[in-house]
Amino acid sequence: MSTDPAATSAPPSGEPLLTVEDLQVTFATEEGVVQAVEGVSFEVAPGEILAVVGESGSGKSVTAMTLMGLTRSPNAGFEGTAHYKGTELVHASEEQLRRVRGAEIAMIFQDPMTSLNPVHKIGSQIVEQIQEHEGLPDQQARERAVELLDKVGIPRARERIDNYPFEFSGGMRQRVMIALALSCNPSVLIADEPTTALDVTIQAQILQRMRELRDETGAAIILVTHDLGVVADIADRIAVMYSGRIVEEGTLDQIFYDPQHPYTWGLLGSIARVDRPRPERLPAIAGLPPSLADRPQGCHFRPRCPHEFAKCTEVPPLEARVEGQPGHCDRCWLSAEEKKERREVRPGEIGLEAKSGAGAA
Amino acid sequence: MGRFVVRRLAQMAFVMWAVSVLTFLIFNVIPNGDPAERMAGKQPREAQIEAIRREWGFDDNIFVQYFTTMKKVFTGDLVSYFTQLPVGEEIVKGLPRTLSLAIGAALLWMFVAICFGLYSAVRAGKFADRFLTIIALVGISLPVFWIGALMNHYLGFKLGWFPNGGYVEFTEDPIDWAYHLILPWTALSILFVGFYSRVLRSNVLDTINEDYVRTARAKGLGERQIMIRHVLRNSMIPIVTLWGLDFGAVVGGGAILTETVFDLQGVGQYAAEAVGQLDVPPVLATTMFAAFFIVLLNAIVDIAYAYLDPRIRLQ
Repeated sequence: MSTDPAATSAPPSGEPLLTVEDLQVTFATEEGVVQAVEGVSFEVAPGEILAVVGESGSGKSVTAMTLMGLTRSPNAGFEGTAHYKGTELVHASEEQLRRVRGAEIAMIFQDPMTSLNPVHKIGSQIVEQIQEHEGLPDQQARERAVELLDKVGIPRARERIDNYPFEFSGGMRQRVMIALALSCNPSVLIADEPTTALDVTIQAQILQRMRELRDETGAAIILVTHDLGVVADIADRIAVMYSGRIVEEGTLDQIFYDPQHPYTWGLLGSIARVDRPRPERLPAIAGLPPSLADRPQGCHFRPRCPHEFAKCTEVPPLEARVEGQPGHCDRCWLSAEEKKERREVRPGEIGLEAKSGAGAA
Repeated sequence: MGRFVVRRLAQMAFVMWAVSVLTFLIFNVIPNGDPAERMAGKQPREAQIEAIRREWGFDDNIFVQYFTTMKKVFTGDLVSYFTQLPVGEEIVKGLPRTLSLAIGAALLWMFVAICFGLYSAVRAGKFADRFLTIIALVGISLPVFWIGALMNHYLGFKLGWFPNGGYVEFTEDPIDWAYHLILPWTALSILFVGFYSRVLRSNVLDTINEDYVRTARAKGLGERQIMIRHVLRNSMIPIVTLWGLDFGAVVGGGAILTETVFDLQGVGQYAAEAVGQLDVPPVLATTMFAAFFIVLLNAIVDIAYAYLDPRIRLQ
């Protein structure tokens, strides 16, 4: 996928809108306490699109949902803070959160097929949210819903508003979800794998729509995904998560053209590309991510990393390690020179070839 | 909708016909079932029995007997073999009593079951949930003839808080009508409350984990609105089926025990007494009457279903 020049431009400057600091999320399960998120910190500025990238179980969705208070349960434990306009979200009361949810921070979920209530008309599901936060009279709220549906590209919105979710296709339902999320002009939009369940053409349309909306409303977008194609298309900044931690963070260009962490090398190396000769097998990072209940000491990527050395049993802090790139942080003990030496910026072969196949420790 | 009605009417006719044939055949082969002998009284002479046989047509071919009996069902001339009272009138007399019992009890058990089931689900695993679970299981296990008799004896007879059985017409005195029905309603509801609240509890627990409930929460809706508009609405669909069928069964005379314990003289009690005397005409009529209501309520449930879940279409 080509990178859009508009999307790769420098992130808009300004005060961060949402600041997450040292977020920890644990769940008590039958197999013991599982730490899903381990000290995650990041910031998002207005109008910025931050992509949180990682494989399943890396804690990216849990991080996103925790910001909305959607992971709260008797088995869950939270530490750290997330400040949004004077509200600390992680420990906010349900009542405080309720005022933020939908109105200030809105969320789009992964599966549009199941995220809308099957027994209510889509119009009433949007109107319900508008009235909850703004108390508009029925007719006005309905008009707003029609406009929103129209804006996200639902044809004949005025008729379709009285349809039920089952009368829409997956892509159309995701548009309805976006209209729903945008209905109260939120400042932050969290999109949890919004295009994973959609086919590629629809995916491109949905991303285009999200980018336009960011441009129009100036909302910050946190895009949770495992799809680097989507990321390249739309993100300003990227946070790469692995096993509950952010292992690397930087602008789109920094991550794609100057990746520092061996895990990022591996991720970039496993993209299938149409503009290069096709490798025999799609390269993959050897081994499996560690079980959340039993993770290696020190760097979590250590058992799968061909460049592991003695120091790796200590947890590397997330800090800027490349000269001249203050916003580009990573968690790898290797020096910047060593990294440059060991990684090969060729897809399919990035960095992980050093141990050639023996990486699956 | 038109096709739906026609299909259901055809289904109703078939079920009622099948039920009538089965009932008629069963009572023909029951030992000691010869009505003439029983109608003739103690130590009859053979001639008397023969006379009754001829008079009532018991010596006819079984097909002819079935046919003449069914004709009487439709003309309303069906008469009990033993009391000589017209069956139609007796059912009409019992119907308001049975309906009073069924409607009141159905509303009561549904309301209480929703409260219990919802509360239990919200408090899942906590003390209140465990307590309600035990109450529900006790309720399911208590036979109505036992709990009804106890209520009648202690609350009605000993303490005198409630009338000791009997029925007052609603048109005569609505308050006294309800007063007489409180114990029967409660007794009949206990079983259903236990059962329904268990089903609702598990439905609610399933629904709570649905993605659209998470969406509702992410929209910033209040807990009450989430529970009622998004969770309960979806959890009620299976319960409504049960409700319709159970209601149909109770109206059709299924609450035999409750009616008998509290001497309500409803359709169920009438049917039970008729069966005890092997009195074919009332048994036949009440069975068909029950089948009618069960099929009718089945159709109503299907309509309610389409209303509750827009994905379902009547065809």
